[in-house]
Amino acid sequence: MSDALLVLADGAVFEGEAVGAGAPGGVATGEVVFNTVMSGYQEVITDPSYAGQVITFTYPHIGNYGVAPDDDESRRPWCRGVVVRDLAPRPSSWRSVESLGDFLERHGVPGIAGIDTRRLTRHIREAGALPCAFGPADEKTLLAAAQAEPGTDGVDLATAVSTPQPYRVGDGPLRVVAYDFGLKRAMLRRLGAMARVDVVPARTPAEEVLADRPDGVLLSNGPGDPAALGYAVDTIGAMLGEVPVFGICLGHQLLATALGGTTYKLAFGHHGGNHPVRRIESNGVEITSQNHNYAVADGSVPGADITHVNLNDGVVEGLRSRDLAAFGVQYHPEAGPGPHDAEYLFDEFLLLMEAGR
Amino acid sequence: MPRRDDLSSILVIGSGPIVIGQACEFDYSGTQACRVLVEEGYRVVLANSNPATIMTDPEFAHRTYVEPLDVDVLAAIIERERPDAVLGTLGGQTALNLAVGLVERGVLERFGVELIGASAEAIHTAEDRERFKAAMTEIGLSVPPSGFAHNHEEALGVAEEIGFPLIVRPSFILGGAGTGIAHDLDSFRALARTAIATSPISEILIERSIAGWKEYELEVMRDRADNCVVVCSIENLDPMGVHTGDSITVAPIQTLADVEYQRMRDAAFACIRRIGVETGGSNIQFAVDPERGDMAVIEMNPRVSRSSALASKATGFPIAKIAARLAVGYTLDEIANDITRETPASFEPTIDYVVTKVPRWAFEKFPGIPDALGTSMQSVGEAMAIGRTFPESLQKALRSLEHGRWGLNCDPGETALDSVSDDELVRRASVATPDRPFQLEAAMRRGIGADRLASATGVDHWFLGQIGSIVGERERLAGRRVQNMARSDWRKAKRLGFGDAQLARLLGSTEDAVRRARLAVGVRPTFKTVDTCGAEFEAATPYHYSTYEDEDEVRPSRRPTVIVLGSGPNRIGQGIEFDYCCVQASFALRQAGYETVMVNSNPETVSTDYDTSDRLYFEPVGEEEVRNVIEAEQSVAEAGGGVVGVVVSLGGQTPLKLAGRLPRELVLGTSPEAIDLAEDRERWSALCARLEIPQPAGATATSVDEALAVLGRIGYPALLRPSYVLGGRAMEIVYDEPGLRQAMAALAPFGGTGAAGSLGREGGLSAERPVLVDRFLEDAIEVDVDAVRDRTGEIVIGGVMEHVEEAGVHSGDSACVIPPPTLPTSTVEVIEGYTRAIADALDVQGPINVQYAVKQGQVFVIEANPRASRTVPFVAKATGVPLAKVAARVIVGATLTELRAEGLLVSPGGGDRVSVKEAVLPFARFPDVDTLLGPEMRSTGEVMGTDRTFGLAFAKSQMAAGARLPDAGAVFLSLADRDKSAGLGAAVRFVELGFSLAATGGTAAFLEEHGVPVETIVAKVGEVRSGGDGEGVDAIELIASGKVKLVVNTPRGRGPRADGAYIRTTASVQGVPCLTTVAAARAAAAGIADWAGHPLTVRSLQELHQGDQLRLPL
Ligand SMILES: Nc1ncnc2c1ncn2[C@@H]1O[C@H](COP(=O)(O)OP(=O)(O)O)[C@@H](O)[C@H]1O
Ligand SMILES: Nc1ncnc2c1ncn2[C@@H]1O[C@H](COP(=O)(O)OP(=O)(O)O)[C@@H](O)[C@H]1O
Ligand SMILES: [Mg+2]
Ligand SMILES: [Mg+2]
Repeated sequence: MSDALLVLADGAVFEGEAVGAGAPGGVATGEVVFNTVMSGYQEVITDPSYAGQVITFTYPHIGNYGVAPDDDESRRPWCRGVVVRDLAPRPSSWRSVESLGDFLERHGVPGIAGIDTRRLTRHIREAGALPCAFGPADEKTLLAAAQAEPGTDGVDLATAVSTPQPYRVGDGPLRVVAYDFGLKRAMLRRLGAMARVDVVPARTPAEEVLADRPDGVLLSNGPGDPAALGYAVDTIGAMLGEVPVFGICLGHQLLATALGGTTYKLAFGHHGGNHPVRRIESNGVEITSQNHNYAVADGSVPGADITHVNLNDGVVEGLRSRDLAAFGVQYHPEAGPGPHDAEYLFDEFLLLMEAGR
Repeated sequence: MPRRDDLSSILVIGSGPIVIGQACEFDYSGTQACRVLVEEGYRVVLANSNPATIMTDPEFAHRTYVEPLDVDVLAAIIERERPDAVLGTLGGQTALNLAVGLVERGVLERFGVELIGASAEAIHTAEDRERFKAAMTEIGLSVPPSGFAHNHEEALGVAEEIGFPLIVRPSFILGGAGTGIAHDLDSFRALARTAIATSPISEILIERSIAGWKEYELEVMRDRADNCVVVCSIENLDPMGVHTGDSITVAPIQTLADVEYQRMRDAAFACIRRIGVETGGSNIQFAVDPERGDMAVIEMNPRVSRSSALASKATGFPIAKIAARLAVGYTLDEIANDITRETPASFEPTIDYVVTKVPRWAFEKFPGIPDALGTSMQSVGEAMAIGRTFPESLQKALRSLEHGRWGLNCDPGETALDSVSDDELVRRASVATPDRPFQLEAAMRRGIGADRLASATGVDHWFLGQIGSIVGERERLAGRRVQNMARSDWRKAKRLGFGDAQLARLLGSTEDAVRRARLAVGVRPTFKTVDTCGAEFEAATPYHYSTYEDEDEVRPSRRPTVIVLGSGPNRIGQGIEFDYCCVQASFALRQAGYETVMVNSNPETVSTDYDTSDRLYFEPVGEEEVRNVIEAEQSVAEAGGGVVGVVVSLGGQTPLKLAGRLPRELVLGTSPEAIDLAEDRERWSALCARLEIPQPAGATATSVDEALAVLGRIGYPALLRPSYVLGGRAMEIVYDEPGLRQAMAALAPFGGTGAAGSLGREGGLSAERPVLVDRFLEDAIEVDVDAVRDRTGEIVIGGVMEHVEEAGVHSGDSACVIPPPTLPTSTVEVIEGYTRAIADALDVQGPINVQYAVKQGQVFVIEANPRASRTVPFVAKATGVPLAKVAARVIVGATLTELRAEGLLVSPGGGDRVSVKEAVLPFARFPDVDTLLGPEMRSTGEVMGTDRTFGLAFAKSQMAAGARLPDAGAVFLSLADRDKSAGLGAAVRFVELGFSLAATGGTAAFLEEHGVPVETIVAKVGEVRSGGDGEGVDAIELIASGKVKLVVNTPRGRGPRADGAYIRTTASVQGVPCLTTVAAARAAAAGIADWAGHPLTVRSLQELHQGDQLRLPL
């Protein structure tokens, strides 16, 4: 393993060694974020929502149980890189088919290990998610690359990660159309049990979808800034009232925007599997899987009720339209990775669809 | 759902004496509970028989009953105090069983008291393995196939049905007592018999063994609104088959994919909901098949447990505190996370480091007991370490054990394996023992494949891979020298947890040189923070651990700082008493305006609670780490701050040993020179001679010949004592030359096996560490004194304790009494005088403990320890004088006069009371061990009985120790010749009290000669005698028959398996109280007599020592 550096746009430097795939010219770049899950690295790395980002894992040992095909959340990793303290030399699990190191190499994802990831996390906590560059290259080159890195504001990353062709999964009694803005497979696993799901590209027009009268539409999670997806907002606007809509993460932000709300960027986002969320209806608390940098502004959505809030920082976690069959949550009820506490939301979607029949 | 206002007074039940499987983790949880409930404005009544606990300090509850933990006693307390509720989920299995007892006996109903935490129903479903399994199957969780039996026949039937291998486990037991795995019918028969006897409801579970599966634990919390969270996930390095309490355990889980983990999490919630634990913490154990991932539920503990303490320290999430709040009505989201302050407790901690716990065993104290680990817990303590990686935390944890190891090998200890062949090494590793981790490293270093080791041991490949990286680093450094180590080399090695001592050995250098060299290139430890959230939020709580990274997080300090060194893992001879002293010191010094810093490695303790001191460093209490902490603290000191010094005399032998290695000017209190003087036999003897204080004749020796020479002068019997040990380690009474040679062999440095050479582990024998050969004083009364002397030379005598058992029984194993029941005042005055003289001569500034033996009125000094002793907490409870706090203040320079003026040093109370401290021994765990008491300490814990007369107090102490004195039946006497005349009096008393006597031949003859009727004369073991009522009965059969309610057996013959040994062992297996000294027999007779005449009365400490009203530490 060759020595490598991680340099942030603000000049902070971290020592480590290169792992995974080699970056072109020894320089990998992206917006550095952290995730606090202690298990589920493979799901995180293959989650399209991380397109354009470099993922720092706060848990030091990553790759312990190797990689299992069943745990892929999409057809390949979309993140720009992976930062860890320690990459397991010898993975161990009856499910594993290859080591995480080999997996990253195979998919061309560069990584850096041996980093003081706690210092990096504290830095991001203070400075906010910011562009970085890492690799075997020298410090000056890396700093320049980091500063040249645009970041994710106003960039449409969804179209890039979305499926080029529509496809169909599941065989449940109902019919659901899932808009793929960076769809995680865990959602299809949940929906597939209750419906026949047609996954469509991000830019599929509303008319096309409404034409064959689905029972419901799912707006998937996805990467980047909802404000950059005007086309999606229009599409959703056209479908509201015509068909029950369920938005998750980016899908939730797009839904809110379509309902007339606004979104904003959080300092360093929510990325972990342990966020407490209050379900206002029952006053109960659910532990949730989260991964977002943008959020819906409190009180900005006319005609909708806030259904869930984050107990750590009060961020809006869920809302429901008062008179349209539409609701969304900011976090990940489908887990993958993370707790199953919020699975009930798929049943609510089911009820909404049955009611709409 | 906020605080319940319908409750105003709550009874908290403690866990009683420290025993294997139930240690000071319940002092930690009980103390937290009391503090919380008092803060919440409830009137707290506490019952706990263990005087060494912090929770039983009068300032933690409104009413503190140091009384036997027994349903009758609790009923009496409830009748006096009329609490609205009883909280029984924070005092371990003891409290849980008592809570059930109170319900079943209708006590709670009679006094209208509510059981909070867990209902009796929930407790039953969780604890009764049959109901538990049914419940789990009902909710679709799988459990190993099993059946239940209540007698031998049933047992065999079930075994037929399930097939071998089988594991046998009694219901309603703790720590796995009486459990084991049987591979064939014969071993099964024996196992089933003991198991049925062990279970209070004589029910056993016979289960298909899944030994070898991976074992996991989840710490779960639930509130009244049915919110559930997992606080911590734990993976056992040792697979199923080794009790979790005896396993090396690691947090968080390392080798489960998220899908597998989430399935386990769902199962845990389903389990706690089905069992119906309304509020609080539970510990749920799972097993996972490494081949196919199948998951089975093993058990659930519906209460705060050992693992909860570990989980709290591992994550910073204070389970006990929160469990107490939940029990009085709060929900998780209504409670703030202490550490972040910003976020609520209704979340799941995520950590960015690895925590490793390693148990500490005491096999060396139980010769003949194989050190194989199994399903029954045998460890007496544990150390925990935090590192950024597993190798780092493992090596730190092994250092923390203070078992003479410097980490994972790379130390003198490793040479023990040099001569072992590869196959033999693998064979040894295939049996789980305390040495397994070292064997694994050695094997991998020899190039033995991970696959072979994994299949031989069941240790997961991931762990082996991690050990492999330690091996790899060691190979990388082979042949290197200090001078050609680059910064990156040092950094890499330190990041894998290598200690400077290990590196010195590798690089052929010294620890100091290594330290200098790496500091010179800037490789120094960085202190990170335990913050429950992986740095996602800012942490308010300064709870630190060292690692080798970029960034240090210790915050600036602006007040004078005192560093208190803790006592490390519990072990026999050094346990909770010393944690008590350290915690009291921290409280006292904080109250006096200092900032306190605690350094300790024991996760069970109150001292390692992040709010006990201003800053907590969870570190091994060793030279390297302590020096690191000192330097870290010095570097953050700002105007007004600064390190005043280090307290080394309150944590037992552990910190005391470091005194000489720390910067001289920073050692507070008594000087290192004086400490050394007291330990150095030659100079100590000279001192006593100068002071004209008699000592048992004796001298030091470093070889058998020297020892023989000494014995030529002083004569037999003699006592051999290694220096620099505690708890009478490897101490032996020798009556002749063979005995002497045998004893000396045991002191040989390393290489020896089992008990022999076991002392080598702790340093062995050398010119610096000679053995002391003393004339053994027979039939002498032993006396313990605790005192504190200040810098002006004023001394306060905390207490003079007369021992019940004669000298020769380790002070830690014998009962002792305040005030002395038989010593004449003149003798007590002599003893106090000597104590003053010694303290002056050593210029003690702080605590001192002196031990004496009084023979025919003459006082001999046995030893003096210029440190707080095991008895300090007992003295404090008996007299109401907060001796540890006083000592702490004196150590930092306060005078006794000042402390009197402050009102901290009060005059002793409880004058009209007698207090007895009794030791609690672990013999039930080790059925083959002779229960005969001797100079090597073997007790794990202590209890206190206090009442108006010695008899009553002694009776209470026995009850508290679990050996309730009988009020009728037969007393079986078997006395050594030299004890016969002394025993006569006791025998007469028993007859007067209406007991019938049984005795072995010689004793019977002697008694009858003196006109004492003996009903049953029994044969010596094996030999069946004719004539007498004892026709055909031998001692063992008689005791087993259940007629005998009390056994008095004093040693005859010296062979470990001498006749008496069988008698004592049978008694302990049958649970019949067995006294091994005449003195104890006399005390028992007195107790039985007084007990018969008086109704049971209970008193709280607050009543005993007027003015002890509630003043919470902070
Ligand atoms: N079916 C089994 N097969 C093999 N080992 C077992 C089995 N059940 C339990 N054990 C082992 O025995 C230990 C003690 O069992 P447990 O039910 O936890 O009793 P305790 O109440 O003493 O904790 C467990 O930690 C586990 O290692
Ligand atoms: N000369 C002696 N004669 C009789 N008993 C002794 C003598 N010296 C020590 N003992 C017994 O041995 C026990 C342990 O000795 P001690 O020096 O106190 O060891 P430790 O320092 O481990 O407590 C004492 O409590 C006492 O009962
Ligand atoms: Mg258990
Ligand atoms: Mg002693």
